[in-house]
Amino acid sequence: MNMVVCIKQVIDPEAPPASFKIDSAGNKVVPPQGVSPVIDPYAEYGVEAALKIKDAQGGKITAVSLGTNQLRDIVKKPLAMGADELILLEDEAFDGGDSWSTAYALAMAIKKIGEYDIIFCGREASDWNAGQVGSGIAEILGLPSVTLVKKVEPAGGKAKLERVTDEGYEVVEVSLPCVITVSNEIGEPRYPTIKGIMGAKKKEPVVWKPADIGVEASQIGAQGRHTKLVKLFQPVREGKCEMVEGESPEEAGANLAAKLREVKVL
Amino acid sequence: MAENKGVLIFCETKENKLAAIATELLGCGRKLADDLGQELSAVLIGSGLAETAKEAIACGADKVYVADDAQLKNYQTDAYLAVMEKVVGQAAPQILLLGQTSIGRDLAPALAFRLKTAVALGCLELAIDPGSKKLLQTKPVYGGNALAVFVTESFPQIATVRVKTMTPLAPDPSRKGEIVNIDAALDPSAIRAKVLEKVAEKVAGIKLEDAEVVVCGGRGIGSAEGFAQLEELARLLKGAVGATRPPCDNEWVATGAQIGLTGKIVAPDLYIAIALSGSSQHMSGCSGSKTIVAINKDPEANIFREARFGLVGDWKKALPAFTEKLKDLLAG
Repeated sequence: MNMVVCIKQVIDPEAPPASFKIDSAGNKVVPPQGVSPVIDPYAEYGVEAALKIKDAQGGKITAVSLGTNQLRDIVKKPLAMGADELILLEDEAFDGGDSWSTAYALAMAIKKIGEYDIIFCGREASDWNAGQVGSGIAEILGLPSVTLVKKVEPAGGKAKLERVTDEGYEVVEVSLPCVITVSNEIGEPRYPTIKGIMGAKKKEPVVWKPADIGVEASQIGAQGRHTKLVKLFQPVREGKCEMVEGESPEEAGANLAAKLREVKVL
Repeated sequence: MAENKGVLIFCETKENKLAAIATELLGCGRKLADDLGQELSAVLIGSGLAETAKEAIACGADKVYVADDAQLKNYQTDAYLAVMEKVVGQAAPQILLLGQTSIGRDLAPALAFRLKTAVALGCLELAIDPGSKKLLQTKPVYGGNALAVFVTESFPQIATVRVKTMTPLAPDPSRKGEIVNIDAALDPSAIRAKVLEKVAEKVAGIKLEDAEVVVCGGRGIGSAEGFAQLEELARLLKGAVGATRPPCDNEWVATGAQIGLTGKIVAPDLYIAIALSGSSQHMSGCSGSKTIVAINKDPEANIFREARFGLVGDWKKALPAFTEKLKDLLAG
C-alpha cells in the first residue's frame, strides 16, 4: 500500500486567544512571539490514519508539505511518527495561495510521486479552515474522494470506510486510488517514539521547486488564486457579562437560578 | 460563462420534506436574488419529490429543478456531483448555496473544483457588494479567532452556509413557481464511492442540534460521573448535554456530544457553559446561542467575555444548588 499524506505547518491553534493578532493593513495574521509553529493537528489525523494501515498491512507513507519557512524540526514530525519520506514544496512562488493553488500544486507533486493507492488529507486545516483541498486534489487527479472519514480498511483494490455524517456514520466502499479526508474520530495521533525522533533527525526532506513538479508560476501561490481575501478581522466581543454572586458557591448557584427566572430566560 | 444569472440553492431533504437548512438557505437566497434583481432557483435531488418541489416554491423559489430518481434516494458524492454539474450547466447561476452539513461540505468543494470555480465553506454571512455585485462571503478562520471576507473571481460563486445562521421565510402556499424536471441519466459504473449502509447514532432524549437548552461541560467536569450531574440539569430543562473536545477525547461523554469547530453547531435559546474556558474552537460551535450562562472558577476565563450571566466558583458546589433552586422555581 502506497500512501501519501498532505500536511502543513501552521501557527499553533492551541496558542492563547489573546496572542492572536492581525495585521489588518496586510490582511495577514501576525505569528505570535515565542509560540512555535506546529504541524496542523487536522493533518496529524491523516498521518495517524496512514500509520494504522501501515501497522496492519505494511506500506510506504510519503508526507508532502507546502509552504515557506518550514522549520525542519516541525515538519519532520510525520517521519518521527513513522512515515517513510518527506517532500517539501518550498518556494516563494507557492506563497499566498488559496485552496485552488494549494490543491493544484499538491496534485502535481502527487502525480510526480507516481505510485499511490490512498492520499490522506485532514478534513480542513486549522489556519484557514477551508476544508476543500482534499476534494480539490481528487478532482484535479480524476480520483474519487471520501470526506470526514473515521475508519479505513483497504482490501483488494478497494477500501471500506466509515464516513461521519450529521446523523451518525455511513459505510462507504471506494475504489483505489482515492483521496480520503480524515476526521478526528479516527483516534488520537500517536506520539513519536525516541527511536522515531532519532530516525527523523538523520533523514533529510526532499525539496521540490515549481519546475520540479512541472507547474507555472501563474498556477500556484498568489497568482493561482481563484478567490480574493477582501478583509480579515477579529470579531468584537461585547463583554457585558453580569456576574451573580453569593456568600458561598452554593448560594451563588441558587442566586443564578433565581436571576435566570427573574429575567425570564427560564 | 458571461451569462451567469440568478441564485441557485441546493436543497437537502429529510423524509422528502425540506430540511431546516434548505428553508434557511431559501430565505437567504431570496434576499440575495432580490438585491440582484434576479431569480431564485432551487435544486432537489432524491426520490419522490413532487410535494417537496411545491414546498420549495412556498419557501421562496421561483423555479425548482428536480432530479427524481430511485438511484438518488441517498446521497452519494459521485452521483450527486454528476447531477449538480448538469443542473448548474443548465441553470448557469451566479451564486450557488449549499448547507454546511455532512452533505454540503462534501459536495460543494468537489463541485467547485470540477466547475473550475471556488467555494467558501461554513459562511456566517452573505451579502452582495453594492459596487461589483459580487458575493461577499464571511466565514470564521483560524478556528474562530478571526473572520475573513472572500470574493470568488469566477462563476458560479459557491458557498456553504452554517446551519441556523439564516432566517427562513414564512411558507406561502399561494406562491407560484416553475418546476423543471432533470433527467439524471446516471451511469451506475460512474459511482466510485458507494454507500453500503447508513448508521444513525442513537440519541437518548432530545437531539443536541434541536434542543432549546444546551448544558455543556468542559475539561473541568473531570469525569463521566460529573457529566451525570449535567444530564440531570438537562433533563429538568428538557434540554440536551454537550461537551467541549477534552471530555469527548477522555470518553466521559459520547463523541457526538462535541460542540465546536470540529463538532456540532448549536444555537439554542439558552446555553449553560460549565467548567469550560471558551476557546475560539469551542465558541464557533455555540456563538449563535441566544443567552449564554457560564459557571467557571477562573474569573479570567474567556467564556465570561461571551456570556450574558456568569458565576465565578467551583461548579461542584454551585451546580447542585443551581439545579435544586431551579427545581423549586419551575415547580412553583
